[in-house]
Amino acid sequence: MIIGLDVGGTHTYAVLLSNQGVEKSVKVTTDHADLFNTVLSGFTQLLESIDPAQIERAVISTTLTTNAIIQQTMEPVGMIVSAGPGIDPEFFRTGEHYYAVSGSINHRGREKAPVNEMQIQDIAKKMGDAGIEYVGVVSKFCVRNPSHEILIKRILNKYFKQIFLGHHVSGNLNFPRRIATTHLNAAVFSLHKSFFEAVKKSLTEKGLTVPIQILKADGGTMSLEASMHFPGQTVLSGPAASIMGAIPYAPEEQDAIVLDIGGTTTDIAFLVDKAPLLEPVGIQRGRYKSLIRSLRTDSKGIGGDSTLRVKDGNLTIGPDRQGPAMAFGGPLPTPTDAMVVLNVMDTGDREKATAGIETIARQLDLTVDQAAEKVFKTCCTIILKKTFEMIDQINSQPVYTVHDFLEGYKLSPQKILVLGGPAPFFAQKIEELYQIDTLAVPNSPVANAVGAALARTTCEVSLYADTEQGIVTAHEEDFAEPISKTFSEDDLMETAYTLLKEKAINAGADPENLEEVEVVEFQKFNIIRNFSPRGKIFRTKMQLKPGLIKGYETVLH
Amino acid sequence: MLKALHKTGLVFFPAFDWAIDPTHPEREERLLYTQDQVTEEGVFDIPGIIEYKPMLATAEDIRRAQFCVPDEAAITTESHLISAGGAKVIADAVMNKEVQNGFALIRPPGHHSMRVSHGGRGFCHINIEAIMVEYIRSRYGVKRIAIVDTDCHHGDGTDNIYWHDPDVLFISLHQDGRTMFPGTGFPGELGGPNAKGSNLNIPLPPGTSTEGYLYVINHCVLPVLEEFKPDLVINSAGQDNHYTDPLTNMNFCAQGYAELTTLLKPDIAVLEGGYAIEGALPYVNLGIILAMAGIDYTGVVEPDYNPEKLKQSVSITDKIKKTTEQINKYWSQRFQMREDAGKPGDIQIRHKEIFYDTDNIFERQKERIRICKDCGGCFEIDSQATPGFHILGVHIPINACPACIEKGYEFFDNAPENKYHHVFLMDRPKGNYHIK
Repeated sequence: MIIGLDVGGTHTYAVLLSNQGVEKSVKVTTDHADLFNTVLSGFTQLLESIDPAQIERAVISTTLTTNAIIQQTMEPVGMIVSAGPGIDPEFFRTGEHYYAVSGSINHRGREKAPVNEMQIQDIAKKMGDAGIEYVGVVSKFCVRNPSHEILIKRILNKYFKQIFLGHHVSGNLNFPRRIATTHLNAAVFSLHKSFFEAVKKSLTEKGLTVPIQILKADGGTMSLEASMHFPGQTVLSGPAASIMGAIPYAPEEQDAIVLDIGGTTTDIAFLVDKAPLLEPVGIQRGRYKSLIRSLRTDSKGIGGDSTLRVKDGNLTIGPDRQGPAMAFGGPLPTPTDAMVVLNVMDTGDREKATAGIETIARQLDLTVDQAAEKVFKTCCTIILKKTFEMIDQINSQPVYTVHDFLEGYKLSPQKILVLGGPAPFFAQKIEELYQIDTLAVPNSPVANAVGAALARTTCEVSLYADTEQGIVTAHEEDFAEPISKTFSEDDLMETAYTLLKEKAINAGADPENLEEVEVVEFQKFNIIRNFSPRGKIFRTKMQLKPGLIKGYETVLH
Repeated sequence: MLKALHKTGLVFFPAFDWAIDPTHPEREERLLYTQDQVTEEGVFDIPGIIEYKPMLATAEDIRRAQFCVPDEAAITTESHLISAGGAKVIADAVMNKEVQNGFALIRPPGHHSMRVSHGGRGFCHINIEAIMVEYIRSRYGVKRIAIVDTDCHHGDGTDNIYWHDPDVLFISLHQDGRTMFPGTGFPGELGGPNAKGSNLNIPLPPGTSTEGYLYVINHCVLPVLEEFKPDLVINSAGQDNHYTDPLTNMNFCAQGYAELTTLLKPDIAVLEGGYAIEGALPYVNLGIILAMAGIDYTGVVEPDYNPEKLKQSVSITDKIKKTTEQINKYWSQRFQMREDAGKPGDIQIRHKEIFYDTDNIFERQKERIRICKDCGGCFEIDSQATPGFHILGVHIPINACPACIEKGYEFFDNAPENKYHHVFLMDRPKGNYHIK
């Protein structure tokens, strides 16, 4: 049997699955001030009268890091960045203890200016005096040559508890995002570590000894041990859990839209042949941009509890939530009240809901029923409009080869999967309005926990081979090997696959779930100097796609 | 916070799967390191910098600017069409005011491709800027346009296309034609009889450094633009004046390019040549993008940049000053030169020989233009390519006067069909393209 636990904004759900389906699910109120007890009581209730020895897998999705970012309770950490030519690194300052140092590596990974060791030592002393315990080190183009980061780490080692290096974060180029991501890992490390060590200790005491897996933003899992190096990857695992929970109901060989309609917001995501679409570079939310692999989701400030208003004769919905719907004792009318008025929903206080919608109806010069209908319809329209905008955006993403320009994949979803409290009501209305096959994911409130339970381990490797310089590297994996001039595309793919498998096993993947390998990117270039070939550059990215572990999918139908 | 002061649009199309041939300078690898630098700098994340996806240009787009022989499909590949389409996308973004300015980083380039194109010249098959400019004129009705070509090679294709057009000011700064392909672009080349002085060719001696280059911009290009008062400024942004370029002998640098961009304030920049793909392009392109967006670019310096080593000699400085004076004099006399060029209604004949180095074609042209004071004047070009086709192309300019429209049709109707493989008529006022 397997366990999935998802800490949500209001409630935390835990679910126990066997190959017969959902055996048990529990719901506890999320206490953001004490997430440890929230998680623990979830497990305690779920495991009541269950033999922990039967549990083969346990996956946790928390809001720990997300909260730390939002509430700005991250620990102050030191950052050392070396930029070389380009945009002033001062723009990417992460906090008080941020030092731009000399040293430069170019785009081919060649050293252009050395590290100044004295300078690093001075900075180390300063940061040490300021009580800094964790430090991030990022150099520009470190994914091509990490030697400066490694050298700086050696100098810093004796002064600090742990050093985080930029080239371990991702194989992608993007210096500002790498700084932000390395900083995040360093800043939430001790929080993450103490939290999960406490969870693990308590679970062990309960007799639950299987390795704990943690859900990442890309909808995959990693082992607790692997998460210690990249705690930032757990950010926004909540939306990932719900999208994974929709996968069992997604059509094969077709595109689908996933809408998770909550109280305050609606999360929008896409599935292609049951595999979620990923962000091309990494998570971004407003001004915050990272290299954290993530599902491509966007959040719109509209949900069942969004505040309704009339401005200049026009109805507006959200983006704020002032409390629950009036039908449930809230202060202001909401879309949920409209659904109660329309008898779409048969819970809540219909009188109060009607009173609320009446205030809107008066301003719009409509009857109460007409106004409720308008609210419900507008709500669906706003969500779908945002969804179609995202599809347009995805389909107009720039491409860099003639082949991709002419043959590039176009997303065209033929099915909508709706999750969240009011999912069944919305699904019906959306299908009616847009004539797109729409399904409310069954058992919606626990779908997130199911998604977490079933998510398989994911990872990605980026390889770079340069036969002129005679080297193949995957610096993210601390891998570099000499190669000959005859190194080929096949050699590259073989190396990539070996590294990917190794990385996956280290991250706690089940050897039976290593088949969903995908080549995300492949490029090959001849290096020509003075009209004669000097070698080749190969680049590839290979990933274990996010998806569900084998053996459970069908039991949910 | 890092933010673009001017909203800037970018089309980045490196055509990673297209080359003229595997070891040619115009090959897949050309923008690879530029892409790496720009991506590593996080340029596409900067608020106010917007990346656009290119589109395919059509035969109709090309037919506003050029006669392709035997037809458009025969001398272009998809990559050419995406390149021209990329420039169009940037033009739309700028004209619709989605962005304040835009830079099309596209390949292959186009500025050696002339009014009549039989194939590849100087790595160019179709003229990207001209296709874009004619699109802008037709779609948005923009009247006065200035094109400043800062590629190290004379932009002879664009020069040729706007030779007779008084409404398009074409200025090319390039390494002296006596030392460099295509061997043209001398100060006396000032445009046709109806448009004298609306083409300015400024040759610079080999070894010209940032100082000399910016001298010409400040003392000639900017004052001329000030007087011409263009509605739109376009920069053919070649990057082969760089001190590391393998095909040229100039001493320009990334900071210089960024400063040039700041001074010129182009509404649209279109990438042209530039073949120092590792040592120059990553830094020059980054410098231009930052300059267009109004972001501090002082940190964009090549790792091996040594201004002392690149200083230009006193004699070079003197030569540049003399050329500048001469160009300014021509510019001030432009209206008089047009008066003196001939009697309205007369036909003037020009012979021209063109060598296509990329495709090894030799072309002979006989051009007949109607002298006109009311418009750019219609003209016909009799063009014989070896190997290749013999065609006649008739051009009626976009703002042609009634007499020139009539004369254009007369050229077309009177052309003996048995003499030519094709006779083309480009009727720009009506937007028609006839073939017989």
